[in-house]
Parts: sequence; C-alpha cells; structure tokens
Amino acid sequence: MLADADLRLDAQFVDYALLAVYFVLVLGIGYLARRQVSTSLDFFLSGRSLPAWVTGLAFISANLGAVEVMGMSASGAQYGMPTMHYFWVGAIPAMLFLGIVMMPFYYGSKVRSVPEFMLRRFGKPAHLVNGISFATAQVLIAGANLFLLAAVINTLLGWPLWVSIVLAAVIVLSYTALGGLSAAIYNEVLQFFVIVIALLPLTIVGMVKVGGWQGLVDKVTAGPGGAEQLSSWPGDAITGFGNSFLSVLGIVFGLGFVLSFGYWTTNFVEVQRAMASKSMSAARRTPIIGAFPKIFIPFIVIIPGMIAGVIASELVRDKAALMEGQPGETGVTFNDALLLLMRDLLPNGMLGVAIAGLLASFMAGMAANLSAFNTVFTYDIWQSYVVKDKPDGYYLRMGRWVTMAGTVLAIGTAFIAASYANILQYLQDLFSFFNAPLFATFILGMFWKRMTPTAGWLGLVMGTASAVTVWGLAQAGVLGLSGLGVSMTAAGTAFVVDIVVSVAVSVVTTPKPADQLVGLVYTVTPRASLRHSETGQDAGWYRKPALLAGIALVITIALNIIF
Amino acid sequence: MAHERKTSGARTHRAGAFDVRAIIALLLGIYGVVLLVMGIGFTSEADLERAAGVNINLWTGLALTVAALLFVAWARWRPILVPDDEAEQEQAG
Repeated sequence: MLADADLRLDAQFVDYALLAVYFVLVLGIGYLARRQVSTSLDFFLSGRSLPAWVTGLAFISANLGAVEVMGMSASGAQYGMPTMHYFWVGAIPAMLFLGIVMMPFYYGSKVRSVPEFMLRRFGKPAHLVNGISFATAQVLIAGANLFLLAAVINTLLGWPLWVSIVLAAVIVLSYTALGGLSAAIYNEVLQFFVIVIALLPLTIVGMVKVGGWQGLVDKVTAGPGGAEQLSSWPGDAITGFGNSFLSVLGIVFGLGFVLSFGYWTTNFVEVQRAMASKSMSAARRTPIIGAFPKIFIPFIVIIPGMIAGVIASELVRDKAALMEGQPGETGVTFNDALLLLMRDLLPNGMLGVAIAGLLASFMAGMAANLSAFNTVFTYDIWQSYVVKDKPDGYYLRMGRWVTMAGTVLAIGTAFIAASYANILQYLQDLFSFFNAPLFATFILGMFWKRMTPTAGWLGLVMGTASAVTVWGLAQAGVLGLSGLGVSMTAAGTAFVVDIVVSVAVSVVTTPKPADQLVGLVYTVTPRASLRHSETGQDAGWYRKPALLAGIALVITIALNIIF
Repeated sequence: MAHERKTSGARTHRAGAFDVRAIIALLLGIYGVVLLVMGIGFTSEADLERAAGVNINLWTGLALTVAALLFVAWARWRPILVPDDEAEQEQAG
C-alpha cells in the first residue's frame, strides 16, 4: 500500500502521550459499560435504551471506517468534487428513507436483527441464507479493516505489521467483548469527535496553505484533472461511463437508488445502532440525525484529499501518472493523500491528535463489524439452529466467546487481505451484491403481502448469482466497464432480477396467511403501531422525524446545486 | 433530555460517571489543554512556516477547551437519570 515512499511521521513524546490518553478512555468505556450488562439483550442491543443523538452519531461513526476516511480522501485527490456523490446522492436519501419508511417495521416488530426480520417475514430458508452470508461478509470486512489499521500503524510508527494487527485486534476485542454493543456505540461516539478534531484543523490549515478556496480552484484547474474536478456533476471520470447523460443516470439510479438503499437500509451493522435506541421516535431519528454530520463529513475528508493532490510534493509530481493507472516516480499512491498532508502541515501535538483520529476511525469500522457479527451469529445461527432453548445467561456468555472467535477469524482474514493489493474494492463490490438483492426482497416483502416464503429466498439467491455473473463478465473485460460503473451495473441487475424472480415465484406459490404478517407488511399492519409517541421525551418540533428529514433533504439539494 | 422521566413516576438517580458526555468532555479537555500548552510554549518558527503562519496547536487547543466546557455544561443542565429498578428501565425502553 505505501511502498517506498517516506511517510514515517515525526511523532514525539507528546504525540504518543495523547494517543495513550485516547486508548485509556476507550478501554475505560469498555470497563464501565460492562457494569450495565446483565442480559443478552443488554449485550447485543444495549437493552434498547440509548438516546437518539448517541445512536445517530454511532450510526455515522460505524460507517466512518478505513474505507471511508482513506478511500474518500484518495478519491478526492484523484477525482475531486465528484466524490461528493458518495455522500450526497449515495447516502443521505437512503438514510432518510430508512428513518421515515423502514424503521417502523424494524423497531416496531421488536426483531433483534435484520436476518430475524427475514425469518418472521419469509421463514427459515431466507433467514439462513441471509444470516450466513451476512456473518461471512462481516468477518471478511473486519479483517480488511484490521489490516488497514495495522498498515497505518506500521507506516506511521514503524511497528512490525503482525504486532500491529494483533495489538489492534486485542484492543478492539477487549472493549467489545466486555461491554457489548453499548461499549461499541459509546466508543463510536467518542471516535466521531476524535475523527472530527483530527480532520477539521487539518482541512482549515490546508485551505490557508493552498491560498483559500480560490487558490484550490486555480491549482486544481491547472492540474492534470482540469476544471472538471471542481463540480460534482456529471462525474464522467468517477463512473467510468463515457457519456455525461449515462453518467448522471448511473449516479442517480445506480449509486443513489440501488447501491445506497441496499447498503443503508438492510445492512445490520447500521440498522443495529437504531435498534438500540430507546423508543420508536428515537429509532426513526437515529439515521436522520446521522444524516446531518454525513452531509458535512465530505468537506473534511474529500477537500483535504484534493488539497493534498495539489500541494503534497510527491502527489503533485505523480498525479498525472497515477491518473493513468501508472505507478509514479516517488512510490506514493492516492491512498497516502491524508498522511502526506499530516506530515507536511501538522506540528507535534496536533500530530498526535491526528494519528489518534485515524486509528479511531479504523477501530470504529472493525468494532462495528464485530458487534454486528456476534449478534447475528448468536441469535440467528446458534440460537435458531444449533443450541436452542437455553437460559439467557448462556447466550450472553456465548456472545462473548463468539466475539473472541470473530476476532481470531478477523486476524486470519487480515492476513488474507494483506496479500491482495485491491481487496477493499472487491469487498465493496461483493458486499453490494448481497445488499442490492436484499433491498429488493425487503421492499417488495414490506409492501406486497402476496410475496411468498419461497420467493423470499429464491429471489435473494438468484439476485446475488446474477450480480456475481455481471461482475465476473466485467472483470473478464467482456462488458467494457470500469470503476464505479461495474458495481452500479451489477447491483442494478441484481435488483431487477430479484424483483422479477420474486414476483414470478410468488404467483405460483402459496403466501403466508395475513394474520402472520401483522407488523411486517404495510397493508396488514394497523397504522397506530407504526406511529411513534409524541409525548414526554419524544415531544417537541425538533424531535419530529419527518421535519428533521425535510431539513436534511433541503440542505443536500442546496449543496448539490452549489457544487 | 432525560429529566422528563421523573413524570413517569419511576424512582431515579443520576448516572454520575457513566455519562458518555462526561467522557467526551474529559478527552476534549485533556487534548485542549495539552495543545494549548504546546501552542503557547513549544511552537517553533519552522512549525509556523510549514502551516502557512497558522499556530494550529494554539487554535485547536482553544476550540477543544471551549467544546469540553460546553459538554460539561450540557451534562450538568440535562443529567441522565437512571431508574433505580431494572424492570422500570425495560418499560421505559
């Protein structure tokens, strides 16, 4: 990843001390959260007791992992403003949709996981397919996050890779195994603040250094990407489509609809945070509150990437070559954008804070994977199919052991990840293959009571199979697609195939009786049970989910017009 | 936030140390003070020149200290109340 370039940061005693303070607090949260855990529901869903601002920030932080921070700043350095689409088109609308439309079913039906919703709606085959594919994906992704974390420790501080991997794994394990989801969520909130205080000053100083907004505009326009990198639309370069019309269409439907709705609305890593909140109103507000920071995160992730692209000497020299896909003379890659900027601008002190922020972000990703993995494995695989009907304490102990086993597996998959240069892109592709059909099945199943259990699992399997086929053809060069275009096309195909298969199968098989679908399907659920209370702690205009969502939407549209 | 819970009639007590806002305030406070000291006492000309004349440590330290105080104020103003009875908590959730 970081080859020959000299990225070793000049960390001194004060930087290590600041880093140590952060780790002491992280472990302290794990210890304190442990005292609150007495049942398995406490451990896996924080006893459904957290306030919305806590779950909302955790919702965002769980996603603000290595891929997000390193990947998006790299993309900013490479493509510029079109990267904003990942946030404003690729996340915000789906997050608002989750809060407004889907959360009443998730929270209202009191299921403990997304696969459990599949069990109630479609029965065992769909449940098992979803549970196993989700658990497998989480272990793979946790490994990739762990590897990136270790790679950064290795680069910045010079510790050997395997020491970094094991040490990072032990720290994440100790707080998730002790305090369960509460510890993970409280730490995600803390991580959110550390990431912001690491990146915001870096961005501001970068802006001063580059000569303000006008300075950035001038330098990017003069660079290899040209002025095209300064406006988010139409984004031909990032989609890999040669035609602006197709590119806009692809961004709106491929990224904005299928990929992002699939990810944000069915991914248990995210939904779990909302399920942990204390009331229906708080659960619906979780993704909506999360949407506000999400709107502004690109400014402290993508903009520093763009600044690094025009002022870090190595990137300035190699940008043209790297954009052609050639290795540059200095050995840096776009992934190094943030590190280069930190090295060039930050004095000791702030440097320690920035390193803490990076490590925090990478641990957030892995802890989120682990806490979702242990819930799905314990509830949806172990309790449902392997060892049933034990007292609650058994599953609580089991959850801790599963967390440990998951960590050991993640160390294994981290070494697999270490042997692939581009595994993150592949993982993201693969993950979107599972999520796009899952979203199709969910949305059809939530609004069409005629959809049958057989259609549920068959749609999922066929959808995923068709996505993998498209992806395989693209890798073989048959389709002539590249970049984001591949995952958008694959996800779109999976979505359509899933819908077609599900409808066709439903027509010829028997649906579940309507009384078993109450709380799971829109048309047979009493309206009152989908509503949230508006009294007590849920009172006040600033706690109305729909109003908050409207405000977020207006800001997003305004930003799309400005940039 | 939580003070309205009194109206539900459950006996409650303050959560004390385990309010995540207290932990956030602690972290921001330590970082703020350390960076302030670094910014005032240990900023070299070379550091300033690298960052185009901005004393990053000083300004970030100042902002973090203020943010820490705001979190303390928020936690004081709206403390978390924990129901004394575990069962009560289940119902509230």
